[in-house]
Amino acid sequence: MIFRSILAWALGLAAGLPLAAPAAAQETVKVGLIATLTGPQAASGRQKVAGARLYMAEKGNMVAGKRIELIIKDDTGVADVTRRHAQELIVNDKVAALAGFSLTPLALAVAPVITQAKTPAIIMTAGTSIITERSPYFVRVSFTLPQQTVPVAEWVAKEGAKTAVSLVSDYGPGIDAQDAFKMRFEERGGKVIDQLKAPLANPEFAPFLQKARDLKPDVLFLFVPAPTAGALMRQVIDRGLTSANIRVVGTGDITDDDQLNGIGDNVLGLITSHFYSAAHGSAANQKFVAEFKKANPGMRPNFIGVSGYDGMHAFYEALKKTNGDTSGDKLVEAMKGLTWESPRGMMTIDPQTRDVIQDVYIRKVEKKDGELYNVEFDVVKQVKDPIHK
Amino acid sequence: MLTILFDGVAYGMLLFVLAVGLCVTLGLMNFINLAHGAFAMAGGYLTVIMMNRLGVSFFWCLPAAFLASAVLGVTLERILYRRLYDKTHLDQVLFSIGLIFMSMAAVDYFMGASQQIVNLPPALSGRIEILGASIGVYRLFVIAICGLLTVGLQLVIARTRFGSRLRASVDDGRVARGMGIDVTGIFALTFAFGSGLAGLGGALGAPILSMDPSFPLKYMIYFLIVISIGGTTTITGPFFAAILLGVADVAGKYFIPAIGGFIIYTIMVAVLIFRPQGLFTRSAKR
Repeated sequence: MIFRSILAWALGLAAGLPLAAPAAAQETVKVGLIATLTGPQAASGRQKVAGARLYMAEKGNMVAGKRIELIIKDDTGVADVTRRHAQELIVNDKVAALAGFSLTPLALAVAPVITQAKTPAIIMTAGTSIITERSPYFVRVSFTLPQQTVPVAEWVAKEGAKTAVSLVSDYGPGIDAQDAFKMRFEERGGKVIDQLKAPLANPEFAPFLQKARDLKPDVLFLFVPAPTAGALMRQVIDRGLTSANIRVVGTGDITDDDQLNGIGDNVLGLITSHFYSAAHGSAANQKFVAEFKKANPGMRPNFIGVSGYDGMHAFYEALKKTNGDTSGDKLVEAMKGLTWESPRGMMTIDPQTRDVIQDVYIRKVEKKDGELYNVEFDVVKQVKDPIHK
Repeated sequence: MLTILFDGVAYGMLLFVLAVGLCVTLGLMNFINLAHGAFAMAGGYLTVIMMNRLGVSFFWCLPAAFLASAVLGVTLERILYRRLYDKTHLDQVLFSIGLIFMSMAAVDYFMGASQQIVNLPPALSGRIEILGASIGVYRLFVIAICGLLTVGLQLVIARTRFGSRLRASVDDGRVARGMGIDVTGIFALTFAFGSGLAGLGGALGAPILSMDPSFPLKYMIYFLIVISIGGTTTITGPFFAAILLGVADVAGKYFIPAIGGFIIYTIMVAVLIFRPQGLFTRSAKR
């Protein structure tokens, strides 16, 4: 039995070698994009793939004399599937880098795999701070929750708010968000009266929102993952929190570009902080939004779409810097310190933490041309994740 | 305080309308239909499609959801369910679980997996002040509809000729048939009505619970808790059980947020230890 499997392995190896040789001759560099294309997070996968494809359509697929090939896998939002795809992509497809990861657990599941294989993995969504510390091959182009939270905590303190209550989904990013909010708000002289945590799979926010209302804070800070945001905002409005003189703020997840129009006019005036809005005024963004809409009719880019786009940029630039060398260590080294103008604004990959440094905007929901947009009116320049040491 | 009680009652009422159809099929027809939530999902998604894509008023969606789910129910009953009436409970469970997965995959395929949001008409949104408590208009509406339904159901089953025929068919189908009662027809009608109620519950719940393809599985647990606490021999049993659960869930999450989510399970365990036949069952018949 053992002999047979060794034989099979040796045969496979022998068969693999001549196959690998012509592939190298064609100079193809593969990137494995692991996105969530089915299940409740499916919208995030569509955005990511659309963003990555758009970048390749714009810049062509030849970099440093090599042809770039994107392999897309669907992990259905389940961590072991993500891990399996990562292994297969590395072992069978011999990808130069992985990208994607819509949720924190999915990114954490591949950490040991990429460390062992020395394969860079570009995080295009997952937002818990610690992820990049779990493997030296993680590079993040999306955001971290503390990074998105701190500016809005500062902003409400500046507006004169004294007391606040936070309501978050009870999982990694939610805890990150509530802690970052409390830290910065209290540093600025405010007081967080209560930190409410709703179960992640909780459709009924009524008791939590009622509690927040009865505590009568100046500010209610909200974070839930984008797909739940619609349901939460409905209940926030139904409960009349906005009319009870409580200022409702949150990270941009609750007014995600993808969902905003579905939530309805009730969220007009809602203030959030985030790194990307489809309404961002720069020429680069206007071009990006127009091209994105042309390539994907009926869709509007959101923060995940732009991260897919920027993730491919980071890989392209790194490959240019290494002159086509696809060794994992060299690619990661090349991505460190990259600075470029993304549709979201200027961004940098922090050479120390491999995490993203970017502008975070304070935005307000407004109506433009019959659609709802997050219109930016204030900005905190080049925010680093406040939790990384 | 009153607001919390009120929210809890509204939530419980909603659970009741969602679960009562299951109570009818399980208690009266002795059939375990775990796919009950799929009919609720059908009603919910019909509401979503009618409101968001066709622009139909929410008030028309409610009867439409009831009728569509009832028709769907009776169709499936004629084609599939009736073959399983005299099979074992395990067969019924396996069959209906399979149906759940098929319905989830179908909805995922046609509607996408993301949550669907229903925006209420202005007449039903907002809040009013009653006795110093601030109350959501929509929740008041839910309570009113569900209250009427409960009274109606109880009257139909206990007082009408149809009700007594139904009870007779359940107690002993062969004798009932011998007495000239159309047992098959009654079962089909009852099943349709139960599915219709689920659809109505789904439509009513859509603005509060929000719809996604995992709905039938997510809420199956709640239905089963309601049934196991309330028992299935009456309509009032599950009614009070649902209210109890709704209030306990909402109040628990409000007053002790740290363990709030577990309270309904604790109650269920406690009830099942002390009264395994259900809280409101007078005697264990079967």
